[in-house]
Parts: sequence; C-alpha cells; structure tokens
Amino acid sequence: MIKAILIFNNHGKPRLIRFYQYFAEDMQQQIIRETFHLVSKRDDNVCNFLEGGSLIGGSDYKLIYRHYATLYFVFCVDSSESELGILDLIQVFVETLDKCFENVCELDLIFHMDKVHYILQEVVMGGMVLETNMNEIVAQVELQNRMEKSESTVWVFFPFFCLFVCLLQGGLSAAPARAVSAVKNMNLPEIPRNINIGDINIKVPSLSPF
Amino acid sequence: MSDVVEKTLSALPSLLSLDSQPGAGKLSSTSKLGSLIRNITELTSKHEEEKLIKRELAALKEQVSSPNTTMKQMREAMVRAIYCEMLGYEASFTYIHAIKLAQQGTVLEKRVGYLAVSLFLNESHDLLLLLVNTVLKDLQSSNLIEVCMALTVVSQVFPKDMIPAILPVVEEKLTHPKEIIRRKAVLALYKFYLIAPNQVQHIHAKFRKALCDKDPGVMTASLHIYLQLIKESPDMYKELTGSFVTILKQVVGGKLPIDFNYHSVPAPWLQIQLLRILGLLGREDQSTSELMYDVLDESLRRAEMNHNITYAILYECVKAIYSIYPKSELCEKAAKCIGNFVLSPKINLKYLGLKALTYVVQQDANLALQHQMTIIECLDHPDLIIKKETLELLFRITNTQNVTVIVEKMLGFLKLSNDDYTIVDLVGKVAELAEKYAPDNEWFIQTMNEVFSFGGDMMQPDIPNSFLRLLAEGCESAEESRQLRLYAVDSYLAVLQKDSAHLPQRFLQIISWVLGEYSHLKEGLDVQEVRQLLMKLLDRKGVTTETRCWVLSSLMKLCEGPGADEMAQELVERWGSSLDPLLRQQAQELLCLSLDKDLRTRTLPLATTWDGLEVDSSLSFLDGFVAEALAAGAAPYKPPHQRQQEQCQEKALSLEPYGLSLPVSLSSCSLTDRQSPTLLSMSSGQSGNSTEPSNKAGSSKLNLEGVKRVWGKEGYLPHREVPEESAPVEEASSAVQSSSQQGGASDKSSMAHTEPVEQDKEKQQLASSLFVGLGSHNATSLMGKSETPSQRFRRKPRTQVSTSSSVTSEKSDSSHSSRSTVDSFLYGSLLEEEPVLPQPNTSHTPRVTTANGSSETKTQSFIPTNGTFEGEEAEEEEEEPTQTENDITSVTAHRTKQGSLIMNSDMVIVQPTMWSDQPKDWSQDDSGDLLSSGSDTHMETSPLLLLPADLRDLPHSNINTLAADQSLLLSSCHVYRDDALVLVIFLSNSGETPIQEIAVQLNCEQLEVASLRGNVIDTLDGLGTSVCRYTLVMDGAHTQVEMTGTVSYQAGPGHTQTLPFSSKLSLADFIRPLVITTEEYGKLWLSFSHDVKQNLKLLKGDRDPLVTTLDALKETLQLHIVDIIGSEGIVACRLLQGAPCLLHCRIHGDSLAVWLRSSLPGLPDCVLYYCQKALLEH
Repeated sequence: MIKAILIFNNHGKPRLIRFYQYFAEDMQQQIIRETFHLVSKRDDNVCNFLEGGSLIGGSDYKLIYRHYATLYFVFCVDSSESELGILDLIQVFVETLDKCFENVCELDLIFHMDKVHYILQEVVMGGMVLETNMNEIVAQVELQNRMEKSESTVWVFFPFFCLFVCLLQGGLSAAPARAVSAVKNMNLPEIPRNINIGDINIKVPSLSPF
Repeated sequence: MSDVVEKTLSALPSLLSLDSQPGAGKLSSTSKLGSLIRNITELTSKHEEEKLIKRELAALKEQVSSPNTTMKQMREAMVRAIYCEMLGYEASFTYIHAIKLAQQGTVLEKRVGYLAVSLFLNESHDLLLLLVNTVLKDLQSSNLIEVCMALTVVSQVFPKDMIPAILPVVEEKLTHPKEIIRRKAVLALYKFYLIAPNQVQHIHAKFRKALCDKDPGVMTASLHIYLQLIKESPDMYKELTGSFVTILKQVVGGKLPIDFNYHSVPAPWLQIQLLRILGLLGREDQSTSELMYDVLDESLRRAEMNHNITYAILYECVKAIYSIYPKSELCEKAAKCIGNFVLSPKINLKYLGLKALTYVVQQDANLALQHQMTIIECLDHPDLIIKKETLELLFRITNTQNVTVIVEKMLGFLKLSNDDYTIVDLVGKVAELAEKYAPDNEWFIQTMNEVFSFGGDMMQPDIPNSFLRLLAEGCESAEESRQLRLYAVDSYLAVLQKDSAHLPQRFLQIISWVLGEYSHLKEGLDVQEVRQLLMKLLDRKGVTTETRCWVLSSLMKLCEGPGADEMAQELVERWGSSLDPLLRQQAQELLCLSLDKDLRTRTLPLATTWDGLEVDSSLSFLDGFVAEALAAGAAPYKPPHQRQQEQCQEKALSLEPYGLSLPVSLSSCSLTDRQSPTLLSMSSGQSGNSTEPSNKAGSSKLNLEGVKRVWGKEGYLPHREVPEESAPVEEASSAVQSSSQQGGASDKSSMAHTEPVEQDKEKQQLASSLFVGLGSHNATSLMGKSETPSQRFRRKPRTQVSTSSSVTSEKSDSSHSSRSTVDSFLYGSLLEEEPVLPQPNTSHTPRVTTANGSSETKTQSFIPTNGTFEGEEAEEEEEEPTQTENDITSVTAHRTKQGSLIMNSDMVIVQPTMWSDQPKDWSQDDSGDLLSSGSDTHMETSPLLLLPADLRDLPHSNINTLAADQSLLLSSCHVYRDDALVLVIFLSNSGETPIQEIAVQLNCEQLEVASLRGNVIDTLDGLGTSVCRYTLVMDGAHTQVEMTGTVSYQAGPGHTQTLPFSSKLSLADFIRPLVITTEEYGKLWLSFSHDVKQNLKLLKGDRDPLVTTLDALKETLQLHIVDIIGSEGIVACRLLQGAPCLLHCRIHGDSLAVWLRSSLPGLPDCVLYYCQKALLEH
C-alpha cells in the first residue's frame, strides 16, 4: 500500500501532501521535512529508492522518488508495492499532469492544487493503485472538467434564466429551486469508456463454489 | 414577485464579476487564493509566513461563518484552507464547513467538500459521523460522479464503526454496469477488509466474482484483496492457483486489449501483482508450484529488456521463482537475470539486483561468489543506499573466516552515516556477527566497544543485555571465560582512564557493571583505583540517574579491602540525601552492607556461577501475601493492559449511549492488544530498572530485559544455514582467488593503466577475504553434513530452559507472566477455552493412543477398528459393551487429529466404521451382543426411541425427513451434545425387500465431521430401520452451513442406487449455554475484542419485557442468562466447547440494545443474527 504521497520543490516547499495513513499535523510536517532532507541531498545519478525513514515506520517502508526540474515526487510505500512499478507510476502521474495542464510546471501545481488532487484521486485511491492507464485517467478528469465548464457557462446565464422562469410562472416562489434542479440535471453526461469491454479475452476458468 | 426579481438582479453583478474568466476555472489574478500564494512566495522568513497565514486564517474564519458567503466562494475558501493546512497551519474551524459543503452542495461543491474532508480528518475524527448519511445518499445517487466521489471518500477515510451502515450499498455497487464504479467498490471493500476484517467476512464470494469480472480493470482491483488474503492464509486459496496462472498466461500472451499496454508491455502492474500472488501461493508447496513453472518461464522469456517496467516484471518473476518450490532450470534462468540486474549500469537495477541477491544467497551462496567483483565495487559506491544494501548482503554471507573484514566494513559505514535508523540497524547486525563469529577475545571486546559507542542509547536494549549475559554466563571453558572477562576489565579501565565524557549512558552502565563484577580477576589491580574511576563517573555532569544507580551498585560490590569504609561513608553522605529516591535507596543499602560484612558476602558473593540460579518469575512466593490481601478486601491486580482497556471502556460507556454509533474504544482496544511484548518491555525497561534497584544489588540479579530468542545458542536462527564452512581455508580462498582472477582479467583488458590494475588487485584481495568460506559450499554438501559454524562464545549448556527466561524477568515481565497466568486460569478452569478433550476412562487410554497412531499413518481412519473390523471381530466385541466410551475415544481421536487436518487443508474424509444399532444385523453377524437400545428398534412408531441410549437423555430436535425414494426413507435428528452436534440419521426401509450394502457419505466443508458408526450396513431388512450417527464440530463462526451427503445402496442384486440428501445446519445448533458467574462474565467481557452492537425488538409480555425477551431467546437459542439487574441483562453462550460469546442486553427505549462480544471474530455477528431471527419469529 502507498502510505503517503509528497510533492515538494527544490527548497522543500510542499506542493501537494496526501497521507493515506493517519499522522498528526505536526508529525506530517516533520515527515515532510525529514523526507526533503533525505531526498534533497541525493544526486540525480543515484538510485531512486530510499529505505527506512525512521518516521514513517521502519524497515518495511520505502521512499521512492523522482526528481523533475524543480519538483520532487515522493511516494512512501510498504513492502507490498513493487519499487520499479511505483517508479513508473510516478511517471504516469506526471505525464497525466502534463496532459491535463499542457506542459505542466510548478505554478500549475501551486495554483491548481485542488485539481492535482482530483487527478491523483483517479490514480491512487485510499492508498491503492486504482488506474495506471493514462488515457483512462485523463478521460475521468476531463469529464469532471466538463462538468465545471458547463457550470460556469450556466452560471453566467443563470440569473437571466431565473428571471425568465419567474416572469413566465407569474412569480411562484418555488421557481429558483426548480431552476436549480433543472440546471443540475442538464449536463451530467455518461462517463465514456475508451476500452471496449466486449473484446476482452480474459476468461477466468469457472471457479468452484466457495 | 418583485422581491424575487430584485434579489436576482442584485445578485447579478457580483456573479458576473466572479465569473469574469469563464473557462477551465483558471484562477483570476485577483482571486484570493492567487494573492495568498503570491504573497507567500514573496515572503522571506518563516516568521512572516506565520503572520501572513494567521491573518489569512482569520479572514477565512470570518468568510466561512458569514451567512452571505455563496457556495462558490465557499469552495474557494475551502481550497485556501487546504493550502494553509498543507503548509502545516491548523484550520480546524473549516472542518465542519467542509462537511457541510459535501452535504449540501451540488456536484462541484461536493467534490471540494469531500476532498477537504479526506485531507483534514482522520478515521477516528468525531465529525466524520456527520458525513455518514451524505455518503450513503451519494452512494445511492443516480449520478455516476457522485457515486464515484462517495466511493473515493469511503476508501480514503471512513469511521470503522460505521462500515455496517454503508456496506450493503457498497456491495451492491459490485454489480454496477459501469466498470469504474465496480472497480472503486472493490477497492473500497478492500479498505474495509483492512480496517475491519470481520465486517466483510461474508462477502468473500463476491470477491471471487470480482476476480472473474469481465473487465480486466475490476479484476486487477480484486487482486489487491487476494494478495492480502493470500498473504494472511495461503492455504485457503490454493485452489485459485490455476485461475491466477491462466490470467497471467493470457496477459503475458497479449490477450488483453491494446489499451492496457504500457510502453508496449501488456498490463505490467497486473503482471507484477499476479507474480507476487503466485510467489506466495507456491511457497514450500511442490504441487502448487508445479502449476506455475510454465507461466513463470514464459514471463521470463517474454520480458525483453527494453524498458524500466519490464525490469519490474523480471524482478518480481525472479523473486517468485526463488520463493516457490525450486526448479533447477528456472532457478538457473533467474540467476542469470539477477546477474543482468547486478551488472547493469543503471543504478536502480543494481539496487534491485543486490536485493535479489540478498534474498537468494540463503539458498545459493555460489551466486554471490559469481558476482563478487561487482559486490566489491558496490561497497565503494558513492550511493549510500547501494552501500547499505551491499552490507546487508555481506551480513548474510558472513562466516568465521570473513567476519573481521565484513565487520570492519560495517563499522566504516557506521562512521559515515548519521541516520538514526541505519545506525540502530547496523549496530544490531555488527553485535550479532561479533557474538556469533568472533575470532578472539580481544577482537570481540573491541568490536563491542565500537558498537556501544556508536549505537549509543538508541540501540536495541537486548544488545547490551545479551553481551552482559554472555560475560556473566561465560563460555564452555572456565579459562576462556576468565580470559574474556579479564580482557573486558582491562579494556574498560583503559576506556575510563581516557576521556570518557562523550560515551553513551548504556556504555557507561556496562563498564561499571563489568568493573564491579570482575575487577577482582585482575591481579595486582588496586581496588581503590577502580573505585576512584567509578566515583569520578558518579560525580560527572550529564550522567543520568539510571547510570548512577548502576555505578553505585558496582561500588557496593567493591567495598572491600582498605579504604572501603571511608568510601562507603563518603558515598552515603554524598548520595544518602539525594533528591532521587532510587539513589538514596542505593546509598542506604550500601551503608547497611558495608556495616554488615556477613550479609554482604551472602548477598554479593564473589564469582558466582549462573547455573544454579533460579528466579521465580511468577512471584509465587508472594501468593500467601496476595491471598491475605484479597481476603482483606483488596482489589485484585489488573495488568496495565487490562486497566487501559477498562479505561477505554469507561470512557466509551459514559460517552456513548447505545445506538447506531459504536464507541471508539474498539480501535483503541485492539491497538493495545496488538502492542508487542517487546515494545512493552522496551518501554518499561528504564522505569523497570529504577523501580527495582534491588535487582542490581547482587551479581545474582543481573538486570536483563526481554532478550529475544534470536540470540539463541545457534545464533541468529533464520540464517543458520547460510554460513557453511569447515573446508580448509586455504583451499577455499585459492578457489576464490582463481575465480576472481578470471573476473579481474576481463577488467584488465579494458583498462590499460597500471593503477587500476593495482586497484583491482586490492579488490581481489578484498574479495578473497570477503568471500572466503563460501566456495566450500559444494564440499560440505558432498561430505553430506553441514557443520554449524564453530562459535567462539558457545554458551554453556543451560541446566534448565526456564532459567534463561526467568533471569530476564523484570518488573514488566513478571507482570506479563502474571497476566498470562490469570488468563490461563480464567480459560482453564472457568471456561475451558482451550479445546478440552473429553476425558476418556482411564481403562481406555491405551486405545486412544492407538487411535492417534493410526490416524497419523493412515489419514483416513480414526478408530482403530476401522477397516480391520472384518478380520478382528474380537476387538469389536470388546468395544461394544462400552459404547459411550467408544464414542468418546473416537471423538478424542478426532480431536487430536484435527491439527494435522487443518494443516493439510484437506476435507475431512471419514471412513465409515462398521456398526449398526440394529440387532438383526448383529445377530446375522453372530456378534450377538445386544445393546439396550437395540430392542427398541422394533417399535417403529416412534423413531425417537431409536435414539441410542447414550443420546436419549440429551436435548434433541424433532425428526425431519431428509430425503426419500421408493425404497428408502432418510430422516435425521440433531442431538445437542456439549462438545458437538450429533447428527443421527435414520435409514428406514420402506419396502418389504431387504436392502443390501448401504453406505452413507456425509460432506461438509465448514465443519469437522466424524462418523461414529453405522454408515455402512450390510443388510437392512424390509421395514427395518437402522441408525447411523455423525458428530459435527464447528470451529469458525458460520451463520449457516450446508451439509450434503449421499446414500448408496443395492435394492436388487448388482444394481446400485444413490440417494442424495442435503440439509442446512445453523449456528444455533452449535451454541451451548455457558454457565458462569457475573464476576467471571465481567472479566471475560474485558478480554474480548470482537464486538457488535445492535438494537433488537423487545417482546412485550405479562412480565417484565426484558425477562420475557431474554427467556424467549433462551428458549430458542441455548443461552445462559447470567444475571438480570434492573434494565440490563447479561447472557452467555459458547460455540460448543470453544469460543464464548457474551451478550449484554439493555432496554433502550422501545428496543433491546444488545452488545455482543467474543474472542472469535464473526461469532458475535452470527449470534446476533439468530437473536434477531428468534425475536422476529416469536
């Protein structure tokens, strides 16, 4: 399981912090500091794994990190994760960010911290790797973005819309509520799937009943 | 109307201005978050940042609490709060608003709200309870995005006690048409399994369905669960091996759609997961391993070295190959693969290669030999992580011949590293190696000195403890131990005479103890000199009280000879009035002992031997005192663990009324349960030291806490096979040299300079010193015996095993042991928690042993008469008169066998015994002996009368028809025996013609089935009835068990018919009353950790509703009502002779609040189910 995901810049300023195991607030900050301390003094040509930070539990835990330009992406995992697998997962995550933000840079992460979180949620859920296919992740995020776009356009016209409805209905006081529900139902498309489910050939042999 | 229009119009400009930049929600330069971030980045000092954030938080607080804030502004405020929290500033006032946002907003607000909640709150936060309903609502929403969000938040953070509330909805999502929902649901369930395994026990079948899902994504998600489950109990999932192999085959074979490719590798993460699972399944299991050889071979072949991710697969593959039952061909390939890793210029791969080598070297030391030059290079690698990994590898291949070099390397590394964790780890390893392989005294003491000065006060306390023990117990030869001690004294005197200000406390303690104990060994040493040194230590600043205690107790041993009285006087004056009570006590003791020479020689004899020493760790000498105190009304002792639990209990009780919300106590209780004893002893080590200073008063009471088993006589247990030596050193080293020269030759060709060659030579030398002794691997195996390495410090054989544990006894330990005795007392005498075997009559015991013997050799037979019946009727006759005993023996045999059965995970296969209760059969068999029950068989009017005599007095169910055909009628009756459910099957011939060769087979996977008798009958006459019976034992908690069976018989000659039958058994059949007192109930209640709460229907009756309800429960389920006090009642039952289940019932409004607890996970749920059912049916 992934215990924590930390992104900070070359100066140790946190850019995204996500813990999947509970630590008290000050402990979290201490972990960030110590991790930065450990990671930052390593050259770029040494290996990407670090063992046994004494803060996030001992020998079973590893830090797996990658350094991109100004940012460090650090995943803290336990022994049930494959080191190289996680290393590539970081790559997938960063590539996804790049796709979503179009040439991602540190500023994107700062100003759209919430969005980075949403993207991360599609990759790792509750400490478990959910999706490793970049197209799939992007599709999920796009879908949410569309929702947001539709909202902002709707909101621009919403007052007019309300006004219109009010006038039309002769001032029924329930009108705004209705309008809201109308808006709510307008733009909620189905999630598109790129994978055609029908073609999948995995056939699990029939299992004996439990 | 005008009102509405006006409001809308007035809101218009503000809305428009806020949305001045429509689009992907880019933050405008004027937005508050933007400016906050800009301001923060402009700051230079931490202090300014603090001030700015304080201001920001104040503004935020105002904004979120203002009623005029729109949802959109709220959303923005929440992001700012998240930002502040990320920087480490608490914004707890926003937590409730985050929840509100998730509760009330539209999808977008919910998204922010949920995100904030999952970032801010932890699983046990009280506010989370407010979220439960929202999550439930969103889970049932028709909007996919809402469902996704709810599932995400559930898997990130959800209160453990609330899982039952949403579990059904999440389960339902497993059949959702959208794969993304199914996938998230699977992961959410996995999370539930991790935090509360007993809650999701019933959905294992659904996990299987997820594994077979048509979407590979869902299947991948389910592998998370299976990896965990298989890690916990590989035996239960062996039958899935085939499925996993098939899946992997298809994945490797490229059967997945191209979408799943990552850098043209098909679903690499899925492959990794599967390989891990296979590795776990095949461990030490040849037949399972054989299933996977092919696919592992194929994965190895297919994974061409072209991308990082293929290395990941290869690595997992290699690991799997070495963890399963070995196949030489595959191992060879894997070894080659490891070679590629180790030799790779990529540093990540090198690291993994070293890791793999470390893993493999225990099986095949030669592999390390092949790569010795690379390993040497890694030792000088600039990356500390690689170095550390290399040392780890060297640690595994250490033997007596290379120990000095390896330890030297390790100490060298220690000097460079400043990371606490690494230091503690390495220091432990060095100490272990030193103790195991030390070549001579001098080296050993020197190394240990280094260990103590490096390790300081961080190192594991068992290192100094085992060192002192080694000194104290001595080696096999007395002279040897004398030498060792003498050397230690010499060395420590030298250490103290130098500057010792920087020495860690632990080291000082050791020094003072050794000097106190053994300085008399050194001839010509002036005691006063030693005293002086120690006194100096005593007065030094920075020395802790604990160390002072050690020093004082050493001085106590030294107060003999000239100047002793003065010293004692001085010490008492100096420390007798110390503020610290411990020091004061030590000083007082010193005074007493220095005045009374006799007493001193008795308590502190010189040169004691350790063998005769026995410490009564259970403190039984205090029993009388305790009994007296108890009789006088003192409260019984409660171990700290239990006290803590009780405190939690109290808190929980006072906080929480019965209701939907379960108390938090559960998690904290289980936490304390999990606390390892070593941790306990470690934490109490220091306080223990000081609470019992008398422990140190004498040489006979060395203070040693929790010494681990690994420091046993044979050294570190898991690595015992690793060092295989005994071949002549010269031979081995020459072999190494030759091979290393080969390796070096290739290097030479590439390097023209002479300097590298010299370096090479150095390395070769190092190699030959490092890998010496490894090459002799083959020689030893040829000789056919592997000698254990000759240990220098082989401890004297102990006279009693118990001594070692009792010597280490300390305050904390003794409290532990006393707890365990309390526990065992509770279980043993009151509860018989341990599976108590029904005691057979003494006359019968020999037979039981034969039963055991036969059950070991023949898996299929239980009872000695099995299969041999026809040949040995005489033996059968012997048994007949003692029918009940026979019963018991078979049960006993069965019980004793159960361990092995579980280990094989085989179904219990029961060979029928030949026996029939029907006298006619017996008269035909000329066996002649009629049972009393036999005569009843003719009265077919009441089949109950057919019940064997020994069962007739027991409570039993009605007779139900199981199955019937034209010639045979099967009916059954449950007899509730205390230790088992006896299933009596009546076979009635409904026709006139006799039926031949009847055989009954009964199967039930969840139960242990043992046949008693009567399931093979030669002939059943027309209209006759025969009885066969089975004992069924339930070990785990199951609500309902399906039992199937067949009866085969011959109605006509040569014509076999089968009659299948099935029946369901409920847990209620296995529940027995548990008769205990209220006090015992209270004790038990606290010791159980699995619990469930629920409100049940309260029955109304003429009497008190509680009494009515409990009576109804008692009637339907076999419960024992322990006590009823006011509106509360306590009830107890148990699963046969096994796990007890306690019920605490209380009237709560119109319903009965029931709280169940048990030691067996799942049992409370099952019992609750039946209580519910019983009350509904009533």
